[in-house]
Amino acid sequence: MTPGRVSPRLSHNAMRHWNERLIEAVLFLAAALSVLTTLGIVYILVSESIHFFARISIVDFLTDTQWTPLFDDAHFGIMVLVSGTLVSSLVALLVAIPVGTTIAIYLSEFAGSRVREIAKPILELLGGIPTIVYGYFALLVVTPILQVLLPNLPGFSLLSAGFVMGIMIVPYIASLSEDAMRAVPMSLREGAYAMGSSRLYTAIHVVIPAALSGLAASYVLAVSRAVGETMILAVAAGMQPNLTWNPMEPAATITSYIVQVALGDLPHGSIGYQTIFAAGLTLLLITLMFNIVGQWLRAKYKENY
Amino acid sequence: MKPLTTEEIRAVIARGKLKDTLFKALGILCLAFGLFVIVALILDMAIKGSERFTLDFFLNFASRRAAQAGILSAWVGSLLVMFVTALAAVPLGVAAGVYLEEYAPRNWMTQVIEINIANLAAVPSIVYGLLALGIFVYQFGFGQSILSAGLTLALLILPIIIVATREAIRAIPAMIREGSMAVGATRWQTCRYHIIPYAMPGILTGVIIGLARAIGETAPIITIGALTFIAFLPPAPLTALPDGGTAGLFDWVTAPFTVMPIQIFNWTSRPDPAFEINAAAAGFVLMAMVLAMNALAIWLRYRMRKNIKW
Repeated sequence: MTPGRVSPRLSHNAMRHWNERLIEAVLFLAAALSVLTTLGIVYILVSESIHFFARISIVDFLTDTQWTPLFDDAHFGIMVLVSGTLVSSLVALLVAIPVGTTIAIYLSEFAGSRVREIAKPILELLGGIPTIVYGYFALLVVTPILQVLLPNLPGFSLLSAGFVMGIMIVPYIASLSEDAMRAVPMSLREGAYAMGSSRLYTAIHVVIPAALSGLAASYVLAVSRAVGETMILAVAAGMQPNLTWNPMEPAATITSYIVQVALGDLPHGSIGYQTIFAAGLTLLLITLMFNIVGQWLRAKYKENY
Repeated sequence: MKPLTTEEIRAVIARGKLKDTLFKALGILCLAFGLFVIVALILDMAIKGSERFTLDFFLNFASRRAAQAGILSAWVGSLLVMFVTALAAVPLGVAAGVYLEEYAPRNWMTQVIEINIANLAAVPSIVYGLLALGIFVYQFGFGQSILSAGLTLALLILPIIIVATREAIRAIPAMIREGSMAVGATRWQTCRYHIIPYAMPGILTGVIIGLARAIGETAPIITIGALTFIAFLPPAPLTALPDGGTAGLFDWVTAPFTVMPIQIFNWTSRPDPAFEINAAAAGFVLMAMVLAMNALAIWLRYRMRKNIKW
């Protein structure tokens, strides 16, 4: 064979090599798309918000006590929306943390494998119900029931929306907390049983303290879920901006405000159009904060064992 | 310390056991509450909406009169959007999952991608709506169309499919790869003929769960500006248009549309209680779709666990 010429077999191999490289590149691009998505989110929220903050000062945005962006006398106090978001999330957590944690302890420390086989799909279905259906449930089923117990409750309220939102995040807390408790080594439990502890005593005094950062992580991640929830609030909490800390009142949240604006017909580039991006940026920053704390807590408990 | 008498020890044990039993009851009660909510929700919608479960309800467009309003444009819209979503999300999600499990080198780039996917799964869905409004609707000029909605939901469920793919691949033992490569297969041939087929049931489960989530998503679709009152269907490929022309193969992707959750939202937020009945009936239909998809996923997973023995 003269030098410089490649045998057919070798050139076939070279072809194969290039094919492989091409496929790897395509697969890499698919994986990199997720980074592009994040960059896209940040770009679109920040660039529209820059237009917004060129017109409204950031101090007014954070300190004004009124949110009337579409009125002639426009005010842009995001705290009005943040208060609705925080109050409804708090109600949701007051429901979801006790119920979710109880289910997690029960599933991880008490239930046999057969109960778990039944319980897991129930929880999954509960978490898979579309939020618009939960919204319907909150407005037309839960609110009338709560009105019997609390006659002063208006037709739209943060309380009933938050309550249903709590039911929605129970499965989330239950499954993350159960994971954390199952990660606690059996030897710790056996030690406690050997000392004569009952199951409940072991769960409360041994397993929970050992899994504490994991439990905390599940709560924090649940908060970020609640803060980002939209449809339940848009349907059942009313959409009037209302600076309040009282769950018995109707109020708009960051998310339901975005829905309200998007339902109308706002021209691209108007101040109303820009407000939803400023609101979205605020929402993203709040959820990001909770997520970072949550991930950090989860990483911490994983390292322990 | 004085040692306890036998009676006292028995009493302590009995008290501990009683508390255990009480807590067990509490745990079962909490689970039963969850089940009760699901059942109550379905029953409430089935009973309230029962008078709308006629063929007309599925074949009529939305209307000002509650009794004549139907969900034709909504369910057709939901199916078409799901079709676009699946078409975009499945190949991308599986490709990304295969890359991260089988190809990715352990370097900072891979780590960035992994952290990024974990964080994307936690981004509120309405933020995806804002992304789509800015990028798909205005910058790419897709408008308020089925294409924009389908791609938005595809981005939303991509992390679910990626994670499911990775978990399914991770469960395949290394000997499969080694065997394939030992007989001279390239990396891609190993993936194409072994890894992906064996991971298929797991991937499919993830895809179904992702689509079940997407079909119920409302917020991002409202944000990109889906209409709530649509009295026509997107043009079917190669059929005559009202203006005399013929619809192209892909004209339907740019058509305005509505989907089931938006129709429900619209009916729920009307003050006239007659529309509550419609909302209940449409909610029941949506729940039936979501439950059927979830049940299919659960069943697939169950079968998978039973059948696969390496």
